[in-house]
Amino acid sequence: MKFVGKAWKFGPNINTDVIIPARYLNVSDPKELAKHCMEDQDPQFVKKIKRGDIIVADTNFGCGSSREHAPIAIKAAGISCVVAKSFARIFYRNAFNMGLAILESSEAADGIGEGDRIQVDMTTGKIQNLTTGMEFQANPMPEFMIELLNDGGLMKHVMKKIRSPHPS
Amino acid sequence: MAMTITEKILADHCGLTEVRPGQLINAQVDIALGNDVTAPIAIEEFKKAGAKRVFDRDRVVLIPDHFTPNKDIPSAEQCKILREFARAQEITHYYELGEVGIEHALLPEKGIVLPGDLVIGADSHTCTYGGLGSFATGVGSTDLAAAMITGELWFKVPETMKFIYYGKMRTWVGGKDLILYTIGDIGVDGALYKAMEFCGETIEQLPMSGRLTMANMAVEAGGKNGIIAPDEITRQYVDGRARRPYRFFGSDPEAHYAEVREYDVSTIEPQVAFPPDPGNTKGISEIGEVHIDQAVIGSCTNGRFEDLVEAARVLKGRKAAPWVRLIIIPATPSIYTEAMKEGLFQIFLEANAVIGPPTCGPCLGGHMGVLAKGERAIATTNRNFIGRMGHPESEIYLSNPAVAAASAVRGRICSPEELD
Ligand code: SF4
Repeated sequence: MKFVGKAWKFGPNINTDVIIPARYLNVSDPKELAKHCMEDQDPQFVKKIKRGDIIVADTNFGCGSSREHAPIAIKAAGISCVVAKSFARIFYRNAFNMGLAILESSEAADGIGEGDRIQVDMTTGKIQNLTTGMEFQANPMPEFMIELLNDGGLMKHVMKKIRSPHPS
Repeated sequence: MAMTITEKILADHCGLTEVRPGQLINAQVDIALGNDVTAPIAIEEFKKAGAKRVFDRDRVVLIPDHFTPNKDIPSAEQCKILREFARAQEITHYYELGEVGIEHALLPEKGIVLPGDLVIGADSHTCTYGGLGSFATGVGSTDLAAAMITGELWFKVPETMKFIYYGKMRTWVGGKDLILYTIGDIGVDGALYKAMEFCGETIEQLPMSGRLTMANMAVEAGGKNGIIAPDEITRQYVDGRARRPYRFFGSDPEAHYAEVREYDVSTIEPQVAFPPDPGNTKGISEIGEVHIDQAVIGSCTNGRFEDLVEAARVLKGRKAAPWVRLIIIPATPSIYTEAMKEGLFQIFLEANAVIGPPTCGPCLGGHMGVLAKGERAIATTNRNFIGRMGHPESEIYLSNPAVAAASAVRGRICSPEELD
């Protein structure tokens, strides 16, 4: 599982209200949520990004409420992956459960600049800055988590299992 | 590689010989728990996914305890979703009024959760069962739905913090005071993501009730789980309750810890957590004049039989101050029965206490003792966030059962020693 895209940098403690302001929580359609992703930090964000781009952030990304809308909004906006120094605990679970790929790496977060082209390989944990040639190593993602992300999140993963039960 | 008890239980449940902190694993779940607040959402997800049966009707546990006896029409509807699902799925551990108690007191008591288990619950205080030497952690409703269907769930192996307690506890000091003191020391995010392992000579002598109380509040320090290595005290508690085999795990002496802290408990006095969070603790001698309107003794933290005995020792022959409402809630029907048989009810009733049916009730401001604006309560519960027990401008102070009882008698927060 590999992603290539332009890096969009964010600082520490980006909370769920920045990711998707509470005033838009009256809808649950991912496309609607995506329109307002990061709006309070950068109103042009969704217009500027291209499908497959990557968010690179500092520590405690996704802190605040337990809303699952936050990873849904990021994913639906077209972001392929979030690399951060660390993630808030509930966001970490919600991201995988909603099928948003995330990876922790302090070195990468420091060594990537706004606008750099980067490549993230979830399977090996390798993050390459294609602009500067620098390489970083995060923890590789185990097979079952790649599968869960490929299926589009936890419940979709479970649904697939129900439909094709393999003997175990 | 040397491992902690948490790492060993997780490794065992994902079929690996070792796991490291930070590693993502897919693990088998022994028990998956939901209540009347969280299970309805999980049941909806279960149905949406097209699932037909739960993975094991003995291992999916549904406990309507938060707003029962049904507080109002919406709570009744929530409970009905549980009831109908439990019937259709022939869930073994679903309990109706008269048999139901607060989940985290009921499950250990009935031997549903056992040492060495991996337990997930859609309730943050699921970590209570770590007192038995199991890995137990709170999850969201989506996670519960997935676990109900597949019997497995993914986890990130936490780092472990070790807390060593030594020395003899003072009179009127118990598990609640040790955990409040610890949270006061490290703060409400002091153990974020981490396993909190409680050990040392004091813990080795701590009865099961106190161990469950300590593990119960691990989440109040941000912990993923709290855990105490099982021993003879555990065996005595579990034998006679367990209806399936269980296993004891323990940490290797060379296991790696993110941090180690030591406490000489002989210096710890009864603790009181001031609003607005459980980390805002003070020793009882430092609290000054805090008048109260209500005292609540109960909850999954301190509603067990031993807690009621402690309260009765203070209340015997005394009465609650005329301006104080004293509410006592035995956490389960069998605690209720035992308290009645042992004469505790007589003491409580003579102290002008009201005895509630087993329920979460006022702990989450649900019913049976909510606070008005500006009112203040002392409670043996685990959270004193703004508005948790009622009006946003009411206040909650957390303590052990003896301090709560003594404070009810005095009308202001005080040590039981002050009554002698
Ligand atoms: S007693 Fe309070 S803390 Fe415990 S499960 Fe009930 S509401 Fe939650």
